[in-house]
Amino acid sequence: MPKIIKDAAVIDDSWQMPELETTSDLPEGQVLVSLEYWNANQEDISEVADRVGLVLEPTETPDQIEGDLKAIPVIAVNFPIFADGRGFSIGRLLRERYGYEGELRAVGSPIRDQLTYLSRVGFNAFQLAEHYNPEEALASLNDFSDSYQVAVDQPVPLFRRKS
Amino acid sequence: MYIYDKIDQQIIEDRVTQFRGQTERYLNGEIREEEFLPLRLQNGLYIQRLAPMLRICIPYGMLSSKQLRALAEVTRKYDKGYAHFTTRQNIQLNWPALENVPDILADLADVEMHAVQTSGNCIRNFTTDQFAGVAKDESIDPRPYCEIMRQWATFHPEFAFLPRKFKIAVCGSETDRAAVRFHDIGLNLIQNEQGETGFQVLVGGGLGRTPVIGSVIREFIPEKDILTYLDAILRVYNLNGDRNNKYKARIKILVRALGPEEFAKRVEAEWQHIKDGPATLTEEEIERAKGFFTEPNYQSFDADQAEQALSDQASQDKAFGRWLERNITEHRVPGYRSVTLSLKPIGVPPGDVTSSQLDSIADLADEFSFGEARSTHEQNIVLADVETARLYELWQKLKPLGFATPTLGTLLDMICCPGGDFCSLANAKSIPIAEAIQRKFDDLDYVYDLGELDLNISGCMNACGHHHIGDIGILGVDKKGEEFYQVQLGGCQSNNAQLAKVLGPAFNRDEVPDVIEKILSTFVEKRVDGESFNETYHRLGHDHFKEVVYAKDN
Repeated sequence: MPKIIKDAAVIDDSWQMPELETTSDLPEGQVLVSLEYWNANQEDISEVADRVGLVLEPTETPDQIEGDLKAIPVIAVNFPIFADGRGFSIGRLLRERYGYEGELRAVGSPIRDQLTYLSRVGFNAFQLAEHYNPEEALASLNDFSDSYQVAVDQPVPLFRRKS
Repeated sequence: MYIYDKIDQQIIEDRVTQFRGQTERYLNGEIREEEFLPLRLQNGLYIQRLAPMLRICIPYGMLSSKQLRALAEVTRKYDKGYAHFTTRQNIQLNWPALENVPDILADLADVEMHAVQTSGNCIRNFTTDQFAGVAKDESIDPRPYCEIMRQWATFHPEFAFLPRKFKIAVCGSETDRAAVRFHDIGLNLIQNEQGETGFQVLVGGGLGRTPVIGSVIREFIPEKDILTYLDAILRVYNLNGDRNNKYKARIKILVRALGPEEFAKRVEAEWQHIKDGPATLTEEEIERAKGFFTEPNYQSFDADQAEQALSDQASQDKAFGRWLERNITEHRVPGYRSVTLSLKPIGVPPGDVTSSQLDSIADLADEFSFGEARSTHEQNIVLADVETARLYELWQKLKPLGFATPTLGTLLDMICCPGGDFCSLANAKSIPIAEAIQRKFDDLDYVYDLGELDLNISGCMNACGHHHIGDIGILGVDKKGEEFYQVQLGGCQSNNAQLAKVLGPAFNRDEVPDVIEKILSTFVEKRVDGESFNETYHRLGHDHFKEVVYAKDN
């Protein structure tokens, strides 16, 4: 089974990302589906809600998600190339504006050296580009002892914590 | 100036440790080339034509004498004993070895310096007026706000992988010395009718391939809201900027595509969600930042007596008088002046300094200007707080050091990028052009007679030499592997910002000085009543100059 990092530990990942036509039936098991599929099949999905998650592409923002976003077990955000930084804003919006508290996963090709920033904007699960060893990568989650700005991991900016 | 506390110091040391690990993994083949690229760029490291280049950050141009000595030591220890001041108030090393960069950054961290976000697709160094805090025409000192925003931008987790680089300039004075209209975001510090401090916000200005003058998207944002408002602008850009074509990826293209009104609307909508959130500045924080930029211990002098002595010295020593006229700026405190040390002597690439010159600047700063110096975007150095009564003494010390070239603001005070001699992006060399022009126009009386005149040279369309905003701009272009130079006229970087227009077909390197001479002769011949170059240019029209330059010799 493939390995991912979740909540600062390496775990086996049981979620599949099959390619689906919007008219296809839902496969068995835990699946992550595209936004298009998600929005087109709300009724079927609601019956098996705990085993269906969603993958957002960088052009897709939380306001486009139909149904109760907070109930989704896993939302993955795709980084088709690691330098495409739109996912950083999407993650932060999901957590801060839409109150999403489930698993927020960075998928595609995020790299080890983005782990600090990704976790700061709200991601708690990471499927790194294949050539990274997730065990070794864990070390990069804690590159900084503190930070200046407000983000999901630290809702109070440094200047309000000084004095 | 700002002094790090324990947390600031820890964060910058964490960064050094992080980059040391990344460099080791890269050298062991554990990070791919394309993945290491943004990591090294966000630590200032380019791979250049001949060697790596390391761009060290000078936040909004402020340097202490201790930092200057550390820079001198770094250039001696890790480089060839010289460095280059850039048009973004930073300083570059041309010959560091990749494996030494973590050690260089560690040495810099010891004096509260770094190379964070001096390159790459992220928020870059904030730039401002080199006379901040001492300018006579200043209404609000921009430096405390620059520092607050520097901290906000440093390792901002959401905006480290933007579509393209992002540059912000801040100005607090009547005359714009920070070129705010030519930045991704330009901020004018102002007071509204109620006497509250805030910012006029311009977005989408820039040079490069597609030069644009920025548009005002908000006439007034209160100071407490500046960080949330910047977050809103950056978020709209991060989500909507072009990610497919790097030449269309700057915010100016997005602002133009949407129109400034629509862009402003989107920013406003985003801001409504985050305004008044925890990132809203507190009065205590603004006061804390201001506390680092208080007045130095100015003495009171008999100003009249000092002025009299000065004019006596100027009339007795013509060379001193010339320097006084060109390289000195008025100060808001009586009995003081700001002095610009020219880094443009003939035969030296504009903005270059040796390590011993860096040490000398440190000594001069200690002796004459409360231990501080500033870098300018025109690639010179400012000692901001010099006693009027000691100007003559300072000038005598500057001369043998090569800092007293009395040509500030003239044709010979050129802005020039490193060009094809160093930079791998360049299409053509720029330093030899600067030198050829300096050599041709070595008659100072002629140069003074021309008055204020900006001549800016870039070796490629990325425009590091700001060629679009010079009275005369020179752009290196490549035609079938050969270096040519396009000449542009009529640019202006200040309050009535204008972009220069291309004159016509490009020239050989050898032709450039003669072309400049034709342009200048036309100006001298046709100007009336003390017109500046820009005024004569607009009165006569672009075509007049074009005809003169391209006329067939008889």
